[in-house]
Amino acid sequence: MNDILKTVQHDLLDPTGLTDAQLQQVLNELIGRRQVDYADLYFQSSYSESWILEDGIIKGGSFDIDRGVGVRAVSGEKTGFAYADDIVMPALQQAAYAARSIAKQGGEQSIQAYHHSPAHHCYTAVNPLHSLSETQKVTLLQEVDRYIRQKDPRIIQVSVSLAAEHETILVMASDGCLSADIRPLVRFNISLIIEQNGKRESGYAGGGGRFDYQYFVENNLSMQYADEALHQAIVNLEAIEAPAGTMPVVLGPGWPGILLHEAVGHGLEGDFNYKGISAYSGRIGQQVASPLCTIVDNGTLVNRRGSLNIDDEGTPTQNNVLIENGILCRYMTDKRNAKLMGQTSTGNGRRESYAHLPMPRMTNTYMTAGTSSPEEIIRSVKKGIYAVNFGGGQVDITSGKFVFSMAEAYLIEDGKIGAPVKGVTLIGNGPDVLTKISMVGNDLKLDSGVGTCGKDGQSVPVGVGQPTVRVDELTVGGMK
Amino acid sequence: MNTIRKLDINLDQLQIVSQDIMQEAKKAGADQCEVSISANKGFSVSVRNGDVEKIEYHQDKAIEINVYIGKRTGSTSVTDLSPASYKAAVLAACHIAKFTGEDPCGGLADKAELGFDYPQLTLAFPWSLSVEEAIALSVEGESIALQADKRLMSAEEVAIGTGESLYLYANSHGFIGHYPHTRHEMSCVLVAKQGEEMQRDFSYTTALDPMRLQKMSDIAKEAAKKTVGRLGARRLKTMRAPVIFIAEEARSLMGLFVSAMSGSRLYKKSSFLVDHLGKKIFPDFMTIQEDPYLADGLGSVPFDNDGVLARPNIFVQNGVLESYALGVYSARQLKLKTTGNAGGVHNLIVSPGDKDLKSLLRTMDKGLLVTEMMGNGTNLITGDYSRGASGFWVEGGEIQYPVHEITVAGKLQDMFLDIVAVGNDVDVRGGIRTGSVLIGNMMIAGD
Repeated sequence: MNDILKTVQHDLLDPTGLTDAQLQQVLNELIGRRQVDYADLYFQSSYSESWILEDGIIKGGSFDIDRGVGVRAVSGEKTGFAYADDIVMPALQQAAYAARSIAKQGGEQSIQAYHHSPAHHCYTAVNPLHSLSETQKVTLLQEVDRYIRQKDPRIIQVSVSLAAEHETILVMASDGCLSADIRPLVRFNISLIIEQNGKRESGYAGGGGRFDYQYFVENNLSMQYADEALHQAIVNLEAIEAPAGTMPVVLGPGWPGILLHEAVGHGLEGDFNYKGISAYSGRIGQQVASPLCTIVDNGTLVNRRGSLNIDDEGTPTQNNVLIENGILCRYMTDKRNAKLMGQTSTGNGRRESYAHLPMPRMTNTYMTAGTSSPEEIIRSVKKGIYAVNFGGGQVDITSGKFVFSMAEAYLIEDGKIGAPVKGVTLIGNGPDVLTKISMVGNDLKLDSGVGTCGKDGQSVPVGVGQPTVRVDELTVGGMK
Repeated sequence: MNTIRKLDINLDQLQIVSQDIMQEAKKAGADQCEVSISANKGFSVSVRNGDVEKIEYHQDKAIEINVYIGKRTGSTSVTDLSPASYKAAVLAACHIAKFTGEDPCGGLADKAELGFDYPQLTLAFPWSLSVEEAIALSVEGESIALQADKRLMSAEEVAIGTGESLYLYANSHGFIGHYPHTRHEMSCVLVAKQGEEMQRDFSYTTALDPMRLQKMSDIAKEAAKKTVGRLGARRLKTMRAPVIFIAEEARSLMGLFVSAMSGSRLYKKSSFLVDHLGKKIFPDFMTIQEDPYLADGLGSVPFDNDGVLARPNIFVQNGVLESYALGVYSARQLKLKTTGNAGGVHNLIVSPGDKDLKSLLRTMDKGLLVTEMMGNGTNLITGDYSRGASGFWVEGGEIQYPVHEITVAGKLQDMFLDIVAVGNDVDVRGGIRTGSVLIGNMMIAGD
């Protein structure tokens, strides 16, 4: 970790010419003679690129650099925030001057001595942008395009993209936290359209995580995504109208864990619970889910898209058990929120960038494995839906209502998987749905690394997962 | 309390930077180059429990550079206006262009298509409101809202935001265009409680000109009414019934029409409106057009993202699809002409009918009034539509009780043709202006 800190200080601060003494001065100005409980500086640089292929042509490539510093002062429930996209002393001082305006004059705070908390190594500090040459990147896209077009003459459109980000962050806080992280992130996507008798349908697949591009090359993973997208498009081309109404739904393993992200996850974020406006507020220690459910938010998983060595406030991430055997154990918090609730941060303080304020956010949220076999779960349903893939979802954390839309789903009739059905919306009530989980599979799977969560206009990469799960009642928004 | 020192966005500097980038690109071997620069600043405050909770100051800028070497392209962006930084960005863009493919449709707009004589629109109306005044106004709003009903337990937040920006676009055909722009908003988010049931709702106002904002006290009262109105929500039985999308949600429905008729989807054949020019897709009484120069339009612009003049396109006349929304690139793909819609449609106007919401309810007689939608369950390739909804059950033309945890489903093609009436209760808080929309029949899933 010390090495990472040195590397980051070198990469992020040296080019700016800012000295430790100057940064110290800014922090002092932030908290000095003001009623400020906590203040931090968040330095970030992000180098990202993307390459896209369409119509068999490499249509575009882009390279983006974003650098800046966010300055925050917290005084009780109040937060003042400003940022600068030039990391230079005048901009930094101006931001500090603005941020501290939140707090009244008076008080005599001092900055704690700096210390490093031991952090994990959930991923390697590689620069993924350099892990393949430009020629290799475009060749990979072209090969996937050729490979999949040969497989099915009904394909009329293929779009493949490759993206990487190399992000470096440094947190300096008045509580003595001085931490840095180097975060690689890569992503591969394919979407395609097939046409038959004038009818068109699409399929989509992708994956990624905190490593470099070699991941997609090894084991032909990119080709597997292409196969998956084609499979989904074919299934959807044959899909019949989905039923409308309330019925049992079996959710497949992996990405359908978006159910947990929407139905439970957001409702357990500390900011909503401090305000008492979540459907889960004041329910710690209560049975909120079927005893079969244990749900965790784990930021420490190796190489996962939602993982972080430290969160964006410098707190090492944790494996937080949110619900254990159906009992609500804890909320996810950031520093400010934890302090207001008389706790310590669970390592969930995240922000989209230096230009955004941190808030409690999820990392990798999943349900641990149960004992039922997936076959047994499907066999148990007389008439219902088997949903294996999803698009996005949304939740109203106050009423608990959530939706998520199916991307690949089938009817279950007499315990057998039947015809594919169209990708309609499922709607439920978070706290209800969890009590209606009657079977949990032994096949825990995490998603392939494609999740992005939006809250308050901020996007952050996340992971989800679950084993096969039977929900006795969910409302299926079909047409029949 | 202190305020941030005003840092002027300097138009002269941005113009110099854009021309310098063009020079650099030429030196680096680019045949064509385009640059867009945006600079923004503003602040937002939010209050809760009678005191300020957050003050956020925003101030940022971004330069996007696009070069063409022959028919190959490369793009870069940076947030730093220093010459060293943007010169490196130009080189990086030219480097990328060595690896992209020959795209026959690529390149800048033809010179003749560019909007050299673009109109000078007045889109910037700075708000002299100070941070202290914004806080005081928000605190007052919260107090008015919470006094409205005992069941209102708290405000999630009451907020005011104000921002001004400067946008500049230049390209190597000699086009250089710019306009300043402002946007202000006030919002009130409340939570009501009755027994175990909690409901959240909000109200907001947004405009280019602060003079056109609704009063904070009205926003507060409206949010209170909406939030309390949700208490006692029930589910509905699964059924078919007529549905009214309230103006705010009708806007998102019309947003789907905009996406489906946009060039970028059409050339990729990922829209149900492929090959639909000249076909009837809405009822006879419907006309949908664009008014890019609308005086107080949140979508108003003088020129589009290609530097092409924005124009008053008529997309749908008497129910017939007359034009797609195209930028230069998608127009070339489709062998059509650009309609000045690179970057989107600028103020889509759905011609309003003569009924207010009350008489629309009477026309519907019995059915569902949707006031909020959840999720994005739309497949624009097939037109399949299925989304979560909440709102009110209506009988005898009158609201009976709130409903939630239901879905409404249909096929967009059928829903558009099945529009019975458009209200005159036009929502002006976005780039799409429409009144509430009554659809004859949709599938509702519930119990």
